[in-house]
Amino acid sequence: MNLISKTSPSVGASQARPDALNKVMGHEKFAADYYGPRHLWAGVRRAGIPHGRLISVSTEAAKQVPGVKKILTHKDVNGSNRQGVIQKDQPVLVDDRIRHCGDALALVIAETSQALETALALISFEYEALPGIFTTAEAFQYGAPLIHPTHPGGNCLLSGQLVSGKGLEAFEACDAIVELTIDLPRQEHAYLETECGEAVYEKGELSIVVSTQTPFRDRAETAQAIGISPEKLRIIAPYCGGGFGGKDGITVQSLLGLAAMACPDVPIKMMWSREESFLAGPKRHAASLHYRLGAKQNGVFHALEVRADFDTGPYDHLGGAVLGLALEHAGGPYRIPHAAIQGKAVYTNNTIGGAFRGFGVPQVAAAMEQAVDLMAEKLSLSPLDIRMKNAVQKGDKIPSGTTLKTSTGIRECLARLKAHPLYREADAWKKKAPAHMLRGSGMACALHGMGYGPFVPDTAIAKLELTKQGRFKIYFGVVDMGQGNGVTFLQMAGDLLNQNYENLELVLPDTGLTLPCGSASASRSTYTFGNALIQAVETMKTRLTQRAADSLMVGDGDEFCFIPGHLRHLPTGREFPLAQLAALLGPEERITISRYRALASKETVTQDTALQMHGIPHTVFSYTAHLAHVEIDTLTGGITVCNYTAVTDCGRLINPDLYQQQMQGGIAQGLGYALYEDFITDKGRLLTANLSTYIIPGALDIPPMALSSVDLQENTGPFGMKGVGEICIDPVLPAVANAVADACGGGRCRQWPLTCERMLEILTIPVCPPGADMNRSLI
Amino acid sequence: MKLSFTLNHNALTLETEPDRRVIDLLREDLGLTGTKEACGEGECGACTIRVNKELRLACLMIAAQIEGCSIETIEGLAGPDQALHPVQEAFVQAGAVQCGFCTPGMVMAVTDLLEAIPDPDETQIRKALSGNLCRCTGYQKIMDAAQLAAKKENKCLP
Repeated sequence: MNLISKTSPSVGASQARPDALNKVMGHEKFAADYYGPRHLWAGVRRAGIPHGRLISVSTEAAKQVPGVKKILTHKDVNGSNRQGVIQKDQPVLVDDRIRHCGDALALVIAETSQALETALALISFEYEALPGIFTTAEAFQYGAPLIHPTHPGGNCLLSGQLVSGKGLEAFEACDAIVELTIDLPRQEHAYLETECGEAVYEKGELSIVVSTQTPFRDRAETAQAIGISPEKLRIIAPYCGGGFGGKDGITVQSLLGLAAMACPDVPIKMMWSREESFLAGPKRHAASLHYRLGAKQNGVFHALEVRADFDTGPYDHLGGAVLGLALEHAGGPYRIPHAAIQGKAVYTNNTIGGAFRGFGVPQVAAAMEQAVDLMAEKLSLSPLDIRMKNAVQKGDKIPSGTTLKTSTGIRECLARLKAHPLYREADAWKKKAPAHMLRGSGMACALHGMGYGPFVPDTAIAKLELTKQGRFKIYFGVVDMGQGNGVTFLQMAGDLLNQNYENLELVLPDTGLTLPCGSASASRSTYTFGNALIQAVETMKTRLTQRAADSLMVGDGDEFCFIPGHLRHLPTGREFPLAQLAALLGPEERITISRYRALASKETVTQDTALQMHGIPHTVFSYTAHLAHVEIDTLTGGITVCNYTAVTDCGRLINPDLYQQQMQGGIAQGLGYALYEDFITDKGRLLTANLSTYIIPGALDIPPMALSSVDLQENTGPFGMKGVGEICIDPVLPAVANAVADACGGGRCRQWPLTCERMLEILTIPVCPPGADMNRSLI
Repeated sequence: MKLSFTLNHNALTLETEPDRRVIDLLREDLGLTGTKEACGEGECGACTIRVNKELRLACLMIAAQIEGCSIETIEGLAGPDQALHPVQEAFVQAGAVQCGFCTPGMVMAVTDLLEAIPDPDETQIRKALSGNLCRCTGYQKIMDAAQLAAKKENKCLP
């Protein structure tokens, strides 16, 4: 198959990912596809009640089901029985308190999936029901039950504020003030591959193949939770069938480990059903946002007030870090000298709030970018002009206080957007609206910081091997869940080493083979590992050319250049096969290892160590400006996004196709967030429990998308790149909101998503009814 | 029951429970894991196969229903020596593959479309894909792949 192998990898080119070949043929083996010989099935009895004190679990009836091998409860867990990325507050199997309907009570291992299902249905439990908390407001009511009675903050997982300039006082000096309140829903990741894996425990060693974004962290977290030494636990991460943040943290790992240790020497398989994935997996946080933005008469922003409440569900997961990123990004890519930004992540008995592409930024951007449009309208400025007037440049501070010291391209994005036909021709297009239709055009911007922030070291360790056959193996530990970082590593190494794809090989994340690289998250996969890889390649090049020079007894390594499969001695033209060179080197000499630690900010924007620990401030940011054209059917309330364009500053593109893939996928998810994806619960129980009731966009729902990049150089990035995996989704909802408001004379939605019913309601009520708690202008 | 059917052009007889889901039969019993399960209730299209040349969802069929049928899965699409089918080739070239979990179902859907309508327009493609969910791509490059495959099959391209 020569589609890929004979081409030479080159940075900057749209090259196909090699894994695409196996994927189109159905040969790629995902974690879901592991069926070991004589494997057993493991599954979990979930609570189904939102809050209660567990008294006992009865497994006797289930044990009688033919084919059932073992049933485990918390009494069978030898480790801490607690997991969590930051705080270990989530039980693997509940031992004292049920905190949401998805909590796991008992683990069944059976010979067939039918026996498993029968047994799970026969498990019962006794409990004392506790009153539940289902909104952030309820969490702070007098007498509210404490979800984690020992948590020092009560029902508040984390709260924090960032104040800059004169804070709220500065509103007194504003000529115009606008105000906005919105409520945003949970969003479900809905990756196609649900949480799954296969584990085997043999000779005291546990091996888990799992669909994950975080193999190395999984190893540490699972080991302590289930009581095994991390050295005896191996996590293998094949290509992952979608992650988007939902596999950033433990899903099946600890359960599979427990099952395998209870039934040694046999592979144990677990695959969550779609309903189970919806119930037990993390979600984008539901959030309530209250914004007040003040400006001078000339449109220069002066003051910002933000209050953001995030429903983090029953466990920390990554809720504190999501809040931290939201607070830092709350003011968007604008200069606002005075700001008071405060927020809370609040425990409730709803589903778990956790990481999801954007990580808190889509929520704050949703409010900020609508406030910007309200201000533009109030001051009779165009949405684009008011953004350009206030957009940050390198050296400026964003409202949270973070100074932008690296490439800062929002102004370039806006300038490019202004020249785009969809922008220039928007008015003409709107005027052609058919009967019963309203048309509008709206824009929104965002910035998105990369990496873990100042406190948690953001590192990756690259390993490169010259094989005996003279090929290069790249060992990478940061998962490819579809973003395509794997091919970018081939492009980088192949370009620097001048080797064809057939001379390069990827070794996928595996704690037994690759080295720690951190999580596939935070827009960092390609950036952090790419930087580590470049160093490993340079060390390899120096070593090989030097050895070749010594071997041929010629001057020095500089006289050689790499060509596919060979080193060429330039003065003589003689070619030295890499396989021959490899034979001269011992196994250790054929390997180079390089660790990269991403630049951490030394700036102090807050004295609050909890916020620092949760990632404030960042150093490298990507930027984007989006424009949506919408058409509203006034008879049905149906909204069609007709066209979409986005201009992004994510540094130099390593692979333009991959850039487009990320943007298109992120925009599609953002349109789902804005228009369709209503994750409805009633007292912690799911009313949209599967893909027939929770609607994600299909091929008929997504408009043509025109995407471009301003292609600025980011000097800290490998080959000048910055991350694009998250910024693509950040401003989609407000771009739609602003387009809808443009279409219908300023009507705005308070409770999202903007379904047809809500759209009809907006069309049938006055925009700002007197006395109503609506989004409005204050002065 | 004794079940006889044709799988990717090979006749096959095996012993199975009549109510065994076809997806389990393919994936677990026969090792053909290219057909994916992502919802188990006919919403996502990841388990799309062809039964007697018609698109079907393997998660909604049981073994007894395929007695005597001709089944095509993603593994049967490539030619001898694993030469890619034009639709598979187009998916690789158009960048239509990201995580790849929806890909086999998408490839089956596009293949079926192009056999029925060799030169589909955009709306026809979107409709043909509307039973298959993808969470990575936003569908645009899958649309591109369908158009590229149509050109390849109509010999407009080398």
